[in-house]
Amino acid sequence: MIVLKKSLNSLVVLGLMTAPLIASAETAEEKGTRIAVEAKASDKGWQDMQTSMNMILRNKQGQESVRDIRLKSLEIENDGDKSLSVFDKPKDVKGTAFLSFSHAVGADEQWLYLPKLKRVKRIASRNKSGPFMGSEFSYEDLSSFEVEKYTYKFLRDEACEGGTCYVVEQYPVDKNSGYTRRIAWLDQTEYRPWKIEFFDRKDSLLKTLTYHEYNEYEGKHWRPNLMKMVNHQSGKSTDLTYSDYTFKTGLGENDFNKNTLKRAR
Amino acid sequence: MNSKRLLLAAGLITALPAQAETYYEMSGKITAEARYFTQDAQFQNQDYSSNLSFTVEPEFYWEWNDGIDNLTFTPYLRVDENDNERTHGDIRELSWIHIGEDWELRTGLRKVFWGVTEFQHLVDVINQTDSVEDFDGEDKLGQQMINLSLVRDWGIVDLYLLPGFRERTFVGEDGRVRSGIVVNRDLASYESSAGEHHLDTAIRWSHTLGDFDLGAYWFHGTNRDPKFLLKNSEGTTYLAPYYEQMDQIGFDLQATIDSWLWKLETINRDTSSENYWAAQGGFEYTFYGIQESAADLGVLMEYGWDERGEDADAAGQNDLFLGARLTLNDASSTEMLAGISHDFDYHSHSLIIEASRRYGDNWKLSLDGRFFSSNDPLDLSYSIKQDDHLQLTIERYF
Repeated sequence: MIVLKKSLNSLVVLGLMTAPLIASAETAEEKGTRIAVEAKASDKGWQDMQTSMNMILRNKQGQESVRDIRLKSLEIENDGDKSLSVFDKPKDVKGTAFLSFSHAVGADEQWLYLPKLKRVKRIASRNKSGPFMGSEFSYEDLSSFEVEKYTYKFLRDEACEGGTCYVVEQYPVDKNSGYTRRIAWLDQTEYRPWKIEFFDRKDSLLKTLTYHEYNEYEGKHWRPNLMKMVNHQSGKSTDLTYSDYTFKTGLGENDFNKNTLKRAR
Repeated sequence: MNSKRLLLAAGLITALPAQAETYYEMSGKITAEARYFTQDAQFQNQDYSSNLSFTVEPEFYWEWNDGIDNLTFTPYLRVDENDNERTHGDIRELSWIHIGEDWELRTGLRKVFWGVTEFQHLVDVINQTDSVEDFDGEDKLGQQMINLSLVRDWGIVDLYLLPGFRERTFVGEDGRVRSGIVVNRDLASYESSAGEHHLDTAIRWSHTLGDFDLGAYWFHGTNRDPKFLLKNSEGTTYLAPYYEQMDQIGFDLQATIDSWLWKLETINRDTSSENYWAAQGGFEYTFYGIQESAADLGVLMEYGWDERGEDADAAGQNDLFLGARLTLNDASSTEMLAGISHDFDYHSHSLIIEASRRYGDNWKLSLDGRFFSSNDPLDLSYSIKQDDHLQLTIERYF
């Protein structure tokens, strides 16, 4: 079954790779999908990654609050990533840790560790659209990009900060998504996202995410140092800064289970 | 000269092998708790309507060998205005963890939680309850242990050696929310001739299979829940804890399906005085993003059953628990929880309301209300029927 799925995937990829030869017959939907597949393939092979995240939440009045999180992730071939996040700030949730096995298709598996009670709780992954730690990022905004999570439509080419960008509309497959659609700007040389606009369930513009200060790691993996999310409806915003990116640190499946969750800190 | 030395020292430090690097960190919290009792007390020495209490709980953490070894030390102290028994200290954790490829060894005083339900924790038996802290049984004393944990494809296996036993703490004669006859810990006795030095053992298997998280265990050793004997000491009658030996098997299951969490815990406890089954089961359903806001509303229902019926010394022998949890998902992590329990045997009930919110980066404020109602003197909650109270807790994290 897995083998079948794999070979089907490679058939799709093969088909898509030959697609440019018959570009005249390519529809906007096919082109959008091809860009997504190429974007995913261009970042393939990062294996594992560790980084620190700092979030600054701002309300309409400009009041700030801070979140500090450390993140480890593991690339899983033909599926979503595994990740382990540990909260350092705010201090009342220090030591709280979050283990997630995300899946390209179907519900993610998620567990939360509550250090005060020494308790591991399996939690429902249904709340994709909910805010992450009270920020303007929802859980789905922070989950790994998988081709299967959306259907696509290529809109146009447009100048952007990264040169010339593909502008692609993305429609979430999951009915629990908080969005009807997203519009993403990806540069044509490295497939880096520079901007995403999010439209709520009533199809009004809800948020804009912009990417800043890209660095290249391991010769092909581009990561931004800063992501800015602005909520146009509430006037709130969140700046997410990444630091200390390291790749291929030797993490394996054994680093992502309930035991490692309990002592993640 | 000085700067040369400094450079040399800096050079030496950076030249040291990575294994020698020790990471150290301190954190923790202090709390102030005020209780206001809304009714006159039922028993002698309880003649007050308000109580103040303070706690301090620092945590010291060291890590070395590139994180292969770590040590955590968490002392705890509470000072209480009225109850000398509630003024107490404990080592919540003094624990060394050594990490292998697919195993880890945890040695020292530790806390272990087993189970899935919210209103009663039947399968959670490793740690003794620190019942002077609160009447809900959620607070635990550190337990001395050697715990080998093995990670396998078919689940995690935990092996426990538990040398020595911690006696349960009890509210003193000047404390409120207690039994009518005071429990005197100095009069505690044991079934085992080894007393509090009995070596207990436990083995637990836990695993995730798709939507299901399940666990099963066997525990052999001193029952953390005492029986009570009436004993005289210096002309006063006390309840004297009597700790039996027990063999307990337990099973817990949670199914996580869409917005539903289905939960079940069941145990069989075998002691020289009784052998019985008990279970706690129910669900939690969450409405996400209610009223097109970011808030979530969780609805909980659980039922507690005990084969012994009215003879049970457990709180949830034929009880229904209903709860609602409102999480605003805002920057201050505002949360509210309300829970009602109803005892079908004794027709008593209790209502608990909790609300909490963070202020600034390091402060947290909680307001709790606890209300009890009981008309049957045979009911365990009869003795706390006049201990309704409001509780304000201020926590400062550092």
